[in-house]
Amino acid sequence: MAITSDDVLHVARLARLRLTDEEVARMTDQLSTIIGHVQELSALDLAGVEPTAHALDLTNQVRPDAARPSWPRAEVLRNAPDPADGGFRVPPTA
Amino acid sequence: MTDTLGLSAERCVALLDARELSCRELVSAYLDRIDAGDAAVHAFLRTRREAALAEADRFDHDGRTGLQGVPIALKDILCTKGEETTAGSRILEGYVPIYDGGCVTRVKAAGLVNLGKTNMDEFAMGSSTENSAFGVTHNPWDTDRVPGGSSGGSAAAVAAGFAPLSLGTDTGGSIRQPAALCGVVGMKPTYGAVSRYGLIAFASSLDQIGPFALTVRDCALLMQVICGQDACDSTSVALPEPIEVPTAERLDGVRLGVPSDLLAQGVEPGVREAFEASLAAAEELGARVVETTLPHAGYALPAYYLIAPAEASANLSRFDGVRFGLRLTEPGDTVHDMYGRTRAAGFGPEVKRRIMLGTYALSAGYYDAYYGMAQKVRTRIREDFATAFADVDLIATPTSPTVAFRIGERVDDPWAMYASDVLTVPVNLAGLPGISIPCGTSEGLPVGFQLVGPAFAENRILAAANALEAALGFDPRPPALVAAV
Repeated sequence: MAITSDDVLHVARLARLRLTDEEVARMTDQLSTIIGHVQELSALDLAGVEPTAHALDLTNQVRPDAARPSWPRAEVLRNAPDPADGGFRVPPTA
Repeated sequence: MTDTLGLSAERCVALLDARELSCRELVSAYLDRIDAGDAAVHAFLRTRREAALAEADRFDHDGRTGLQGVPIALKDILCTKGEETTAGSRILEGYVPIYDGGCVTRVKAAGLVNLGKTNMDEFAMGSSTENSAFGVTHNPWDTDRVPGGSSGGSAAAVAAGFAPLSLGTDTGGSIRQPAALCGVVGMKPTYGAVSRYGLIAFASSLDQIGPFALTVRDCALLMQVICGQDACDSTSVALPEPIEVPTAERLDGVRLGVPSDLLAQGVEPGVREAFEASLAAAEELGARVVETTLPHAGYALPAYYLIAPAEASANLSRFDGVRFGLRLTEPGDTVHDMYGRTRAAGFGPEVKRRIMLGTYALSAGYYDAYYGMAQKVRTRIREDFATAFADVDLIATPTSPTVAFRIGERVDDPWAMYASDVLTVPVNLAGLPGISIPCGTSEGLPVGFQLVGPAFAENRILAAANALEAALGFDPRPPALVAAV
């Protein structure tokens, strides 16, 4: 199935990626090629096969539910591009 | 001055124990070699001369034991407290973690001296280390060629004598393939054997940290340091038996399975020749080489290139300019404009490609057709390995279908680049341990031999690899560097 530039623009919006026109053109070509290859999988009969999300059969690994200190706020904000009033300031949401 | 080229960690320990060298002299020898040689290789993004020498001085003053004072290099995807960690990405330039990753804590506790952080494909996405935002790493065997990837800096550092040990990460082959291309030993442990706490995530169900070394025994020594359960990673598990430093010299009774269907995926003749010569050497040591099948292994590459990008697209959503790293914004922007602008400028082309591919595979209407299907194929691949291991002890393949390719050769053809991983990705999908050891050369470049075992069979793999390594007698020193001394 070929990927169109509209598909690319839609997915870029979902992924919060701004793409240039040139990137959209290149991405359309390259994703079409890659999707062409991964479609080899549809040749397999997978009826009744359970999906594997994780290679180890682990369930509910929990550590002791003990209180411990959190990171100091100043430390957590150390890498913040725009800290303000003890939080992360961002541009308006709308 | 001590020649660090080809100097094993065990030999470093012997020199330190015998007081033939102080820790400062040893660490200085490696740092000086980096200063002299890394302009041509670019294995390191940052070195930490003063801090490393201070640590060495402390061991010289207070006394030392075991691996204390032996140098190591760390892939720049492992968080190091108070020291910049970028994952090879512009979006994390200047990011200084406030904590050490689980395995970094273990490395420090063992007294290994971190020389610096190594170059890598951005967010570990790549097979050549050409996708770093901070420049390409060159293969010490031929600087016109790639070192493999994504842990190319860590592999090149060990090959070039910049460090006797290093750590990398392996999501689809990112330790084993660069180990093969640089002529060193690289091991991917069983999924869960090493804590992923403080490892910047690429594909969480596949990522695993592991060692590079010049010898299998050194590799085992570093495995002893890094393996173990960590309360901060709920997918980490305790190994059922401790890692042993191997002494095996024979392979009597070991059944080595060669999956003919996987080898049919396009292995170049020179690689096949070196691989087959190594199988013959294994037989001389008493191994029984038998044909085995992994009927779905040919589907591993397409399944991997759905599953890994899907997980990556979710993991990389955290890089949005809010809490750390790069932020780009202009007056009048909404937060959505800021996200889009920041991510457009912060991510390189391959990372964008994988985010797009993963987002597409997870998007409404395509989830079952792509991601869901790939996860079912993953089940088939796990079953294939389980069936194979009913009849064989270990599976042997070449590590990479080709020797190191030329820089620039595959950058414009993503699928050709992805095909570098065809022999390594099935192992990650099944969560199994694997090792690559150098087994010979083709066109003057190293060829890697991969041994894969059942989950938690690290000791079995290390024992067999040690016996084979001794029989093959590969000299891990790049000839051009030997000639230069």
